[in-house]
Amino acid sequence: MNTPSIPEKVVAAATARGYWKSVFFRLMRDKVTVVCLLVLLAVVFMAIFAPLIAPYDPFKGSILKRLLPFGSEGFPLGTDELGRDMITRLIYGGRLSLVMGITPVIAALVIGAFLGIIAGFMGGHTNTAIMRTIDVFYAFPSVLLAVAISGALGAGIFNAMVALTVVFIPPIARVSESVTTQVRSLDFVEAARASGASSLTIIRVHILGNVLGPVFIYSTSLISVSMILASGLSFLGLGTKPPEAEWGLMLNTLRTAIYLNPWVAALPGTMIFIVSICFNMLADGLRSAMDVTQ
Amino acid sequence: MFFYFLKRLGLVIPIAISVTVVCFSLVYLAPGDPLSAILPSDASIELIEKLKKEYGLDKPIPVQYVIWLGKALIGDLGTSIATGRPVSSEIGRAISNTLVLAFFGSAIGFSLGLAFGTIAGYKQGSWIDKTVTGIAVAGVSVPHYWLGMVLVIIFSVILGWLPAMGAGPSGEWAWDLEHIKHVLLPAITISVIPTAIVTRTVRALVADILGREFVTALRAKGLTDRGVFIHVVKNAAPTSLAVMGVQLGYLMGGSILVETVFSWPGTGFLLNTAIFQRDIPLLQGTILVLALFFVGLNLVVDLIQTALDPRIKRA
Repeated sequence: MNTPSIPEKVVAAATARGYWKSVFFRLMRDKVTVVCLLVLLAVVFMAIFAPLIAPYDPFKGSILKRLLPFGSEGFPLGTDELGRDMITRLIYGGRLSLVMGITPVIAALVIGAFLGIIAGFMGGHTNTAIMRTIDVFYAFPSVLLAVAISGALGAGIFNAMVALTVVFIPPIARVSESVTTQVRSLDFVEAARASGASSLTIIRVHILGNVLGPVFIYSTSLISVSMILASGLSFLGLGTKPPEAEWGLMLNTLRTAIYLNPWVAALPGTMIFIVSICFNMLADGLRSAMDVTQ
Repeated sequence: MFFYFLKRLGLVIPIAISVTVVCFSLVYLAPGDPLSAILPSDASIELIEKLKKEYGLDKPIPVQYVIWLGKALIGDLGTSIATGRPVSSEIGRAISNTLVLAFFGSAIGFSLGLAFGTIAGYKQGSWIDKTVTGIAVAGVSVPHYWLGMVLVIIFSVILGWLPAMGAGPSGEWAWDLEHIKHVLLPAITISVIPTAIVTRTVRALVADILGREFVTALRAKGLTDRGVFIHVVKNAAPTSLAVMGVQLGYLMGGSILVETVFSWPGTGFLLNTAIFQRDIPLLQGTILVLALFFVGLNLVVDLIQTALDPRIKRA
C-alpha cells in the first residue's frame, strides 16, 4: 500500500461528483463560455417568444417609413427597404436562421454517426464501401457542394437544409468511424465479447457510450459553420424567400440600401456573426470541459 | 517516389470518376424534366421528342453518362442554355478571374496566417498569443459575405477610396493600379478564413515543436535562435503546406458568396447565373471543373508533403 494518497483523493472527488456534473462544473467556471451560453440562450428565447417581445408586425411596413436610420423615433435600429421595423425583423429572423443552421447538424449527426459506427464496428468490406463513398464528398469544397445540391434542387428552406445535411454527413461519419475503430480494439470490448455479449449489446452499451461524446462535441463545432452557410444560401437566394424574416435573406434584400443607410443594412450580418462566434466559443469550452485527460 | 506517385494516382482516379458521376447526377436532382428549362410550356410532343433525340436524352441514363463523360474528356461540356455559347469557353473566362482572386486572397491569407501563427506559437500564453487566437476565432466565425459588405460600406461608401464591385473596366485581369484597386476588397474578404485556419494550424505546430526534446538539445548545444527557427520551419512545413493547399481549394470553390457580393466575374458568379437561369449544363460543367481542380490540387499537395517529409510514405 505504497500508493501516494493525493491522486487517490482526486480520483475519489471526481467519481463522487459524477462525470456530467463535473463537466457542468468546469463549464460554469469558464467565464467566456458562460457569457456565450447566455447570449445564445437570449437569442433563442427572443426567437421563441418573438410575437410577445417584438414591438411591430414583421411583415407589415409603411412606404413612408422606408430606410429610417438608427435612433429614429419609435424605430431605434431603423427600418428596412420596405419600412419594416429592424428590431422586430431581427428578433423574428432568429427563428428561421437558428432552425436552418442547427437542424442540418442534428440530421447529419444522426446519419453520420450511424454510418460511421457501422463502418467502424463492422470493418472489412462494409467499412471500405461506406468510407470510400464518403471520400467522394470530400472531393468537393463544402460551400461548392452546398451550392451545387441546393442549386440543383431549387430554392427553398427544406432543400437548403437537405444540402447542408449532405455537406456535414461526411466529416461526422469520418470522426465516428475513427473513434469507433479505436474503441472497438480496447480490452473491455474484447471482455464483453468473451463474456457472451451480442454485437447489438456491445454497440448499444460499450460503443455508443464511448463514441457519442466525442462525436457530439465535434458536431457542436460545426453549428457555427452551418449557421454561416445556411444564411449564406439564403443570401444567394437559395434558402428562404421574401417576405420571410431570415438574417441572410435580410442582408441580401438590404444590399441595395448600403448607399442610403449603410449601417442598418449591415445589421442582420452582425446577428449571424454574434451567434456564430458564440457557438464556436461554446464548442471550444465544451471540448475542454469534457476532456477528462486534462 | 515514383511508385508512391503511381499509388496515389491509383487512389485519385476512382475519386475523380465518382466526382464526374455526382456532377452528372445533378441533372436528375433538378425537379422536372431536364428539357423543361428550355422548352416552352405548350411545346408539341413531336418537338419534345426531336429535342430529346438531339440532346441524347432518349438513351438509357448510363449511356448518357458515358457520352457526356467522353465529350467532357475532350473539353466539350455542352452549350449554355442561358447564353448559347459553349460551356467550356464560359468557364475558361470565369476561371481566370477566380484564379486572380484566389491568388491575391491566398497571398494575403497565407502570409498573415504564417506570421501570426509563428509569433503566437513562440509567445505562447502572452497577450500577443491571446489576441492572435481571438482574431483566429473571429476569422472562422465571421460570415465573410457580410464582412465584404462592411468593407464596401467603409472603403467605398464612406471613404470612397476603392470601387465597390466588378473586376475593372474590361472585366479581364491586367497588372495595373485600376485592377489592383478592384481586387483589393474581395481579396481581403476572401482571405479571412485562410488567415484564421493557417494561424491556428501554425500556432499549434510551432508550440508543439518548441516543446519537443530535440529543441532543448539544440539550444543546449548552443545553437542560435535563428538556427532553432530553421528547425522549426522544417518540421512545421509539411503540415502547414497541406493545410494551405486545402485552403486554396476552398478559396476557389467557395468564392461564390464573395463573388456575388462584389459582382466579381468569376466561377462563383457563373454558378449564380447557372442556378437562377436553370442552366444545367453550365452548372454541371462549372462544378465539375472546380471539383476536379480541387482533387488535382489535393494530389499535388499530397505529393509535395511526401517529398518534404519522407516519414509519411512509410506510414
